[in-house]
Amino acid sequence: MHKNITQVQLKNGMRVMLKEIHTAPIISSWIWYKVGSRDESTGKTGISHWTEHMMFKGTKKFPGGILDKAISREGGRWNASTSRDSTRYYETMPAAKIDLALRLESDRMTKSIFDAKEVASERTVIISEREGSENEPMFLLGEAVQHASFRVHPYHHEIIGDMADLRTITRDDLYNHYRTYYVPNNAVLSLAGDFDTKSMLKRIKELFEPIPKGNIPPRLARPEPERKGELRLTVEGPGETAFTQVAYPFPNATHPDYFALQVLESLLNGASGLSYKTCRLYRALVDKGHVVDISGWSESTIDPFLYRITLVHRPDKKPEDALSALDDEIKKIQDKPVSAAEVHRAVKQARAVFAYGSENITHQAFWMGYTSMFSDYSWYTTYLDKLAKVTPKDVQRVAQIYFQPSRRVVGNYIPKGKAA
Amino acid sequence: MATKPKSSLPSPEDVYQTTLPNGITVLARSNYNSPSVNMGGYLPAGAIFETDEKLGLADFVTAMLMRGTQTRTFDSIYNELETVGASLGFDSGVHNASFGGRALVEDLPLLLKLLSESMRTPTFPKDEMERLRTQILTGLALRAQDTSDMADLLFEQFLYADHPYGKPSDGYPETIQAISRKDLETFHRLHFGPRGMVIAIVGAIQPKKAVEAVAKVLGDWTVSSQKEPPALPPLKPLKKTIRKHHQISGKSQSDLVVGTIGPTRRSPDFMAASLGNSVLGQFGMMGRIGNVVREKSGLAYYAYSSLHSGIGPGSWEVAAGVNPKNLKKALDLIDTELRRFVKNGVTKDELADSQANYVGRLPLSLESNGGMVSAILNIHRYQLGMDYYQRYENMVRSVTRDDVVETARKYIDPERLVIATAGP
Repeated sequence: MHKNITQVQLKNGMRVMLKEIHTAPIISSWIWYKVGSRDESTGKTGISHWTEHMMFKGTKKFPGGILDKAISREGGRWNASTSRDSTRYYETMPAAKIDLALRLESDRMTKSIFDAKEVASERTVIISEREGSENEPMFLLGEAVQHASFRVHPYHHEIIGDMADLRTITRDDLYNHYRTYYVPNNAVLSLAGDFDTKSMLKRIKELFEPIPKGNIPPRLARPEPERKGELRLTVEGPGETAFTQVAYPFPNATHPDYFALQVLESLLNGASGLSYKTCRLYRALVDKGHVVDISGWSESTIDPFLYRITLVHRPDKKPEDALSALDDEIKKIQDKPVSAAEVHRAVKQARAVFAYGSENITHQAFWMGYTSMFSDYSWYTTYLDKLAKVTPKDVQRVAQIYFQPSRRVVGNYIPKGKAA
Repeated sequence: MATKPKSSLPSPEDVYQTTLPNGITVLARSNYNSPSVNMGGYLPAGAIFETDEKLGLADFVTAMLMRGTQTRTFDSIYNELETVGASLGFDSGVHNASFGGRALVEDLPLLLKLLSESMRTPTFPKDEMERLRTQILTGLALRAQDTSDMADLLFEQFLYADHPYGKPSDGYPETIQAISRKDLETFHRLHFGPRGMVIAIVGAIQPKKAVEAVAKVLGDWTVSSQKEPPALPPLKPLKKTIRKHHQISGKSQSDLVVGTIGPTRRSPDFMAASLGNSVLGQFGMMGRIGNVVREKSGLAYYAYSSLHSGIGPGSWEVAAGVNPKNLKKALDLIDTELRRFVKNGVTKDELADSQANYVGRLPLSLESNGGMVSAILNIHRYQLGMDYYQRYENMVRSVTRDDVVETARKYIDPERLVIATAGP
């Protein structure tokens, strides 16, 4: 898994990561920019995501509507996404066609047009995207819980941004954002697949090294003070089903406690990508008839974010009782160390998930770039070893530190019936 | 730049196929790129056997299979799976109950043992049944609030009036309430059996070993009561455009589905319809539909067309999510595009683009074990021939502009559509 990795920094500061995999005639190329929703100030929320949309509107060389056709014609797959910490674009192509993707990305790093008419039309597309999300009770609840969890840190707003800002952000705001952050010294290019590293690197240098460096502003990061006391909130909306979301503070991905918390997450809510019907919370809350479903997840972020647990309530039970059952279950882990066998199980689950991931070249290129946004690739290659070193005592300790009711936000979605 | 070419396309030479004496077809292909294995398959125990009073029964039965067997409880089944990072699940459609799973290759015997037990000896425990019923009913309450789900439901209800394809496989609250434990047992006894069952295994294992592993746990399964599936009833053609709206208050977005009947998967004009659909609402940023509704008008985040072709008559539909006040505008734009599509068909360049896309994307779609499992299951299910992907490029390239426009006119009549919307 660790072989065939080449990491190079170009003269303009751009980092390149290459991993040869010759199992299929496919190459996946990802370009990552260190800018996301956490870099947005009030009044400009959603600008990173909107910029990502504008990157598909074309350059002089690859006009809008030509770009997507060019990739699709070659049988490629491409897309982009914006997260709290980064914005990424990928193309996975038949190996012989990857040059198109590289030319496209080097061109649109500096030459996207941001035509005013396109900005206007994309404004309503993004408003429509947000309206689609607002149809979902879980979006409304999640957004409210996130807002309440971060008063100070810019993780407080949703990636899509607030409606007020989506209505007022201008073409020049977007273009400035683009020119500020889309510079080679703020980018990582990660490629995996069926190529020869030496000739690939030569081609990447030809295409990307002439792009000049930029001045990148420091990232916004006002540390969130520790919460002193539980915060409860409610969101009302249509429907018949009640939900609760509980958000605990969760450390950044390079924090020493992160791996013990990954094991704890596996025990409480199951391993990512697998079914979760024998994790502790499912057994205690679903099997015992308190809720219809319960799930939980963390994110790997640069600054501390959240561990969120979502409960889907039964119509015949009180949300308050389900929350008590959740608290009882967390208390068990805090009071008594879990068994070594349970920790071992979490490690085996992670091993299987890693094996499934290695079937897919897009996935492999993703992980190289993704980890470099908050750490480096060794974070990924040493992940299983670090997990294996976690002890039952570690799990107990992190449960005591992070899962305190006084540090959490509890949000309840109150359904107001069919006709709201 | 690429090194030696590799064939990732399945062929009769590398897909091993055999039928066990009890009727189970096994398909297997090796892939040693990762130490994992993927498994999938189906058997003819779908919703086609349901009555209107008990819609959702087939779905209920498949969801109960892993909730207790003669030798294991719900918790112990999932404990075995989750402990080794494996997964297994069942699903149901109109014709078939289907299953799928994956595991590290050393855990394939466990995966197959649990598959076999779940299908052969489920016990439908009463407490598990009631817990599941609550979950299904909650799912239905959420469905009733989902504009996209409700537009789909309405669309199928009117496109396939009095036909099994028009009925929701997850049922309605009252039909789910009407299902008893005896119903589950009877459905299972009459419809689950080896006849017509197909299983495909792809991963780090020799095909013959995979077949042996299947035979070991399923080779002795016989069910004398297994019923033959009924034939699909004829479909009533649409006489005129039907427009229906389902109101859901308090929502910020409406969903729309516009469409008609499409070809079956085995139909000779399937490929022409599929390529035409690609131009209409898939290629690039969702084809012509995406271009007018999203790119040019900024009305929607998603707008596309899709072709759903299977055993029986498929559907050919356009879907989008828009602000409620833009619903009419979006429907008008879609109407104009459909008329243009059936009048003029596609241009030479548009067809060539989609043909290139179809051929070029194959290695990607067949890259993972899961992708390969579904590809070879489809080949078998629709009797396309195990050399299908060897012939595929020629098949794609031989479709002409005339083929596309004739197929479009054969299926799409802009005066006879179902237009279903859901929202405020």
